Amino acid sequence: MALYYRHRLPVRIMHWINVVAFVVMLMSGLMIFNAHPTLNWGKQSYGDAPEVLSVEAYRDREGGLHGSTTIFGRSFDTTGLFGVAPNAQGIAATYAFPHWLTIPSNYSLAVARRWHFFFMWVFIVNGLAYVAWSIATRHVSRDLAPTRTDLGSIWQSIKDHARFRHPRGEAAKRYNVLQKLTYLSVIFVWLPLVILMGFAMSPSLNALLPGWVDLFGGRQSARTLHFAAALVLVAFTALHVFLVITTGLWNNMRSMLSGRYRFRAEPLDE
Amino acid sequence: MSERSIGSNGRRGFLRVVVAGVSAAVVAGCDKLAATSWFAGALRGGETLTRATQRLVVGDQALAQEFTEADITGPFRSNGTSHPRSAAYDALAANGFADWRLQVDGRVARPAHFSLDELRMMPSRTQITRHDCVEGWSAIAKWTGVPLHEILARVQPEPSARYVVFHCADPMQPNGTQPYYESIDMIDAHHPQTILAYELNDAALPIGNGAPIRVRIERQLGYKMAKYIMRIELVDSYSGIRGGNGGYWEDRGYAWYAGI
Repeated sequence: MALYYRHRLPVRIMHWINVVAFVVMLMSGLMIFNAHPTLNWGKQSYGDAPEVLSVEAYRDREGGLHGSTTIFGRSFDTTGLFGVAPNAQGIAATYAFPHWLTIPSNYSLAVARRWHFFFMWVFIVNGLAYVAWSIATRHVSRDLAPTRTDLGSIWQSIKDHARFRHPRGEAAKRYNVLQKLTYLSVIFVWLPLVILMGFAMSPSLNALLPGWVDLFGGRQSARTLHFAAALVLVAFTALHVFLVITTGLWNNMRSMLSGRYRFRAEPLDE
Repeated sequence: MSERSIGSNGRRGFLRVVVAGVSAAVVAGCDKLAATSWFAGALRGGETLTRATQRLVVGDQALAQEFTEADITGPFRSNGTSHPRSAAYDALAANGFADWRLQVDGRVARPAHFSLDELRMMPSRTQITRHDCVEGWSAIAKWTGVPLHEILARVQPEPSARYVVFHCADPMQPNGTQPYYESIDMIDAHHPQTILAYELNDAALPIGNGAPIRVRIERQLGYKMAKYIMRIELVDSYSGIRGGNGGYWEDRGYAWYAGI
C-alpha cells in the first residue's frame, strides 16, 4: 500500500467550489421552474409545437389532490413528489418540485432568482478558472485526453464497469477511458451548454447578436435545453457519487480533500 | 408515487430518504443564510455585477431581436392586471381615453401633458418583439408607439435626471391602493426600441394589455414594461418613491435590473 498524490490543490479547491455552486444553481433553478412548470419548444410559449414537459396538480371527483407529470404527451402520476407534495408542515402543496428540493424552501421566485444569479457568477468564474488552469498545466492533455490505447479499450472498460471491476495498482493512478470521456463531455459539452442556454434566456443577451438564440431552436427551446442539460448533469453527479461510494468512499474523499490516494500495488484478491 | 410503493421498495425508499435528508439540510442551511443581512446583501450584489457586465458586453444601443408577422401566433396574453380596479380609470376608458392625458414632469425643463391623439401624431415605431416574463414564458407580438426619446426631447430632462419613473392607474391591492409603478435608467429610456405603445397587433392597445399606453423595454423582462401609464416622472433617485426599490415588484424582492 502506498499513498499517491492524485489531485493537485487548485483542482481540489475548484472541485468543492463547484459542488457548492452546482447544488445552489440546481435547487434555485428548480424553484424558478416552479413559477412556470412547463417546457416548450420554439421561439415562444404560444407556438404550434407541442409541450415537451409539464407538471400539474389536479383534483379528482372526490376532491383529492393529484400531481401529474406529462412528458411528450404521456402523463405519469407523480403525487407525493412532483405536482403535489407535502410541504414542511405536512400539508399538500401544489408545486412542481417539493420544498425539500428547492432554494428557498418556501415558494419565492424573487429569492430563487437572487440565489441563481449570484451563484451563476461563482459557477462560471470557477469553471473558466478550471478550464484555463487545466489547459495551461496540461491537465487536459495529460490526464483527460484519451490515448489511442484508451480508445481501443472502450469495450473492455464498459465490461469492467458493468462487473464493478475497477482498476487497481498502476492503472488506478490514471483515469480510465470511460472516466476520461465522461469528464470531457461534462467539462466541454454539458456545462458550456447549460450556461449558454441560460444566457439564451436573458432578454438583454438576446440583443448581443440578433437571432443567435434561434440557432438553438428559439428562446423556449433554450429554456428546455437548459433544463435537459441540467438533468444530464444531475445524472452525471448521481453516477459520480455512486462510483465514489462503491470504489472506496474514504479513500476517494481523502484524495479530493488532501490529494492523497491509497492504492494497492498489486491486486490482492485475484 | 404512492405510500405503498415507497414501503414496498426498500432500497429506493432508503435512497429517497437519504437524498431528501441531505437536500433538506442544504435547504434549511440556505434559508438561514439568506435570512442574514450580509448574505442577502451579497446576493443583491450579484445584480449590480450582472447589470454592469451585460451593459458592457451588449452595448447601450444594441437592438433586441425583431421577428416577422409569421411569428405572431394569436392574441397576446394578458398577465398581471387585466382591468384596473379604479373608477377613475373606468371613466377614462368609457370614452376611449379622449380625456386621458399623459403627465410628464419631475426633473425636466418643460413639464408637459399629452393626449392620446397627440402621441399618435408624433413619429412612431413598429416592432415585432418577444415579451419574456420573469416566470419563464414568452410571447411574440407587434407593438406600435411613440419612442420615449421623442417625449424626452420635448420635455428636456435636466442633467440631474437619472431615472424615468412610470406611474400607473392599476391598484395592486384589492382595497384600491398600491398602484403599479416602474423605473428605468436613461440608457433604456433613450434606447430606440423603448416605446410608449398604443397599438398591439395593428389594433388599439386593449385594456387587458395596458390601454391607453404601456411602455416596451425590449431588453428587460415583462414586469419592467408598465401598463396603464398615467404619469412619467424624471427623478435623480427612486429611493424616496414608495418602497424605495424602483418598482412594485422590486419592492417585493425582485431585481430592479431585469435583463436576465
